[in-house]
Amino acid sequence: MSDNTATADDFLKGIWRDNPVFVQVLGMCPVLAVTNSAINALTMGLATTFVLFMSNMLVSSIRHVVPQQVRIATFILIIATFVTMVDYIIQAVSLELHKGLGAFISLIVVNCLILGRAEAFASKQPLGRSLMDALGMGAGFTIALLCMGIIRELLGNGSILDIAVFGDSYQPWVVMILPSGGFFTLGVLLLFINRFNEAKQQVTEEQANG
Amino acid sequence: MTNAKVQSNQFSIWPIYRTLSGIGMACGLLIVGVYLGTAPAIEENRALALQQAIFNVLPGTKATQTYRYSLENGGSLILLSEDEAGNATDDLIYAGFDQQNKLVGLALQTQGQGYQDVISILYGYDPKHQIIIGMKVLESRETPGLGDKIEKDTVFINNFKSLDVVLNDKNTDLKHGIEAVKSGQKEAPWQIDGITGATISSVAIAQMLDANVRVWAPRIKANQQKLTKIAGDANE
Repeated sequence: MSDNTATADDFLKGIWRDNPVFVQVLGMCPVLAVTNSAINALTMGLATTFVLFMSNMLVSSIRHVVPQQVRIATFILIIATFVTMVDYIIQAVSLELHKGLGAFISLIVVNCLILGRAEAFASKQPLGRSLMDALGMGAGFTIALLCMGIIRELLGNGSILDIAVFGDSYQPWVVMILPSGGFFTLGVLLLFINRFNEAKQQVTEEQANG
Repeated sequence: MTNAKVQSNQFSIWPIYRTLSGIGMACGLLIVGVYLGTAPAIEENRALALQQAIFNVLPGTKATQTYRYSLENGGSLILLSEDEAGNATDDLIYAGFDQQNKLVGLALQTQGQGYQDVISILYGYDPKHQIIIGMKVLESRETPGLGDKIEKDTVFINNFKSLDVVLNDKNTDLKHGIEAVKSGQKEAPWQIDGITGATISSVAIAQMLDANVRVWAPRIKANQQKLTKIAGDANE
C-alpha cells in the first residue's frame, strides 16, 4: 500500500539523485542547443516540465486500458499533442521568445526524458506518484538548463537575463554562446558533479568500514 | 478452427483500434481547442510586431496605410482597408505618415538566404529623397555572436539611415546597385559597411535589399501621387 502513495522522495529524486541532465544525461538536444541565454533555458525548462506533467498525468490515468503493443505510439501521440499546445501558447505569450527557441519547441516531442518517464514510471505507477515524479524531473531539468544558461550567458555575453553584469569593458567569450560552449559547460558541470558524488561515496564507504 | 482463429484475432485487435482512435480523437480535439483559443492572441502579436517594425524603420511615423501592388492597368498601387490588409499577404507595402499627414516613407518586406537560414527584413524607403532610411531584421537564425550582429551592430544598422538608391534617368532601375564592402571601406553612399565575422550575413542583406529595391522603387515612382493620407483610413 505504501508503494502507491506519493512521497517526497518521488519529487526530490529528480532534482539531485536522478537528475535527468547531470545524472541520467537525457534530453541532450535542448540542453546543448537552447542554453545560450538564461531566458531561453528557463522557457525550455518550463515548457518541458509542462509537457512532462501533462503526459505523465494522462499516461498514468489510462495505463490500464492501453494495450502493450501500442503503448509507445500512444505515449508519442499524447506527448506530441501537449508539445503542439505549448508551441501555440508560447507564440500567444511572446513571439520574441518563440523566435529564440525556434525549432526546439517541436523537438520536445523527441526528448527522451519525457518518453522515458512515461514508459518507465507513469505507465506503471498511480496518478499521485506520477505527478510528483513529473514535477521533480521537470524541476531538475529546468534547474540544470538554467545553470547552463546562466553560465553561458554570463561568460558569452556578460549578462544574466539580459541585465548587464560585467559592464561595457568586458570582452565576451563568444565561444560560450556558440554550440561548442554548450559542450564545454556541460563537460565542466558533469566533472564537478561526478567528482562531488565520488567523494561523497568514499566518505560513506569509509564510515561503513568503520 | 480458422473461424475461431479469426475471432480471437479480432478480439485482440479491437482494444488497439479503440485506444488509438480514442486517444487520437481526444488529442485532435485538444489541439483544435488550443489553436482556436490562442489564434487571436498570436495574430495580434504578429500584427503588433509588424506595426512596431514599421514605426522603427520609418522614424517619425504617426499613422500607416497599407497598399497592394496589382498588375492590372499596367501595374498600380491599391489602397487596402484594415480588414483587407489583414487578409492579404503578397505584394504589400506600408506607407507611414507623420503628424502633419506628410509621407515619411514606405516600409517594405523582403527576404533572402543568409548563412544558416532565410533572413527576413523590413526596410524603410523614402521616395522623395530616394534613400533607404531604416532596416529591421524580422526573422533570422544567424549564428549567435557572429551573424546575429546584423540585428545588433550599431555601425551596421547605421548604414541604413541614409543609403543611396537613386533611380536612373528613365526611372526603370537603380543608378547604382547596393553593395556590401569590407568593414570600414565604405566610400560611396550606396555601399554598405559589412561586419567582420559576419560577411555572408551582411552580403545577404545587401543582396536582398538590392533585388527588392530594383523592383519596387520604379513601381513606387510611377504611383507616387497615390501615396497620400486618407482621413480615417489608417492605423494610428
